[in-house]
Amino acid sequence: MARKKGRMSQEVNSGSMADIAFLLLIFFLVTTTIASDKGILNILPPKLDPNVPPPDIQKNERNIFNILVNANDDLLVEGEYRRTAEGLDKDIKEFVLNFGAPDEDAVALFNSLPASLQAQALRRPESSDNPGEAVVSIKTNRGTSYEVFLEVFDLAKKAYFEVYGERVGLTADEYRALTGDDEASKALQDRGKAGIPMAISIAEPDKIGGN
Amino acid sequence: MSKFKKKTNTATSIPTSALPDIIFMLLFFFMVTTVLREQTILVEQKIPQATQLQKLQKKTLISYIYIGKPKNPSLYGSEPRVQANDVLITAPDIVQWVNQERDMLPEADRGLITISLKVDKDVKMGPISDVQTELRNADARRVLYASTGKIYQD
Repeated sequence: MARKKGRMSQEVNSGSMADIAFLLLIFFLVTTTIASDKGILNILPPKLDPNVPPPDIQKNERNIFNILVNANDDLLVEGEYRRTAEGLDKDIKEFVLNFGAPDEDAVALFNSLPASLQAQALRRPESSDNPGEAVVSIKTNRGTSYEVFLEVFDLAKKAYFEVYGERVGLTADEYRALTGDDEASKALQDRGKAGIPMAISIAEPDKIGGN
Repeated sequence: MSKFKKKTNTATSIPTSALPDIIFMLLFFFMVTTVLREQTILVEQKIPQATQLQKLQKKTLISYIYIGKPKNPSLYGSEPRVQANDVLITAPDIVQWVNQERDMLPEADRGLITISLKVDKDVKMGPISDVQTELRNADARRVLYASTGKIYQD
């Protein structure tokens, strides 16, 4: 008659389970690189058609906020020398919200802004006419380091996002986190940037200090 | 006299029977988040920091270009190079590479292809502008300057 042999304990010894799990855990801890797909989004201008001359845009000098970064990573902001990019975001914000000579649309836009933003309109004649006209231009040399360029570009973006956020009652971070996936966040996004285009122009670098 | 009498006679050992479960939970977390790297990166990558980061919703639309000094200067020289997929390429090859990447996407998404530029801090703007010119030629105009988060000072 067949007898069951196993009189001994049938359970697997689980005392070392934690150790095994620890080993696996440490392996995955070491190999993990949390994928980061974060970055600063930029839309490049379309390719120039060689047969069509580039459009000759007449823009008033006061509507362009010029930032030059040379091969030594020094900055020239609106003709003024600076060693670092610090504080550039505030200057760009002032420039965008200047409302120096608003036309009808811009007056309507100005009236739609919350009071905190209206208070920032300095109405200086030498700065931008209205946000729709304002352009931030960043020009580099070929020898400019990427890090400094990115810092300047980052600050320009920050200025715009702060304006957008303040307009809809959010911080810049919250505004940037809007995905635009659902109706509500899309509406907020559109309301933030309506009439204030993010006009950051990156000029072709000139051939100084690089190869 | 004092309210704070020393309590004795309480069991001071922490029950450790749930420890394996906790460790397993951690383990599963890391197993799920791990992305095993499918490419070897041939160029140096010290990603710069920025504050205004945006996250893209659809990861399938992103293709990566790595720019930096080669890790192996005896083979590839010391000037910054461009890497796409597994090989170092020169700027004029980028158009072809973008078209290959675009062909892999479903037809409806082809206009939305985004190039993530993973650029080393020490690279100068010259090579980057060459790459951008080629991307414009290839009509892949959505560019993401990959960067990591910076802590605010103010």
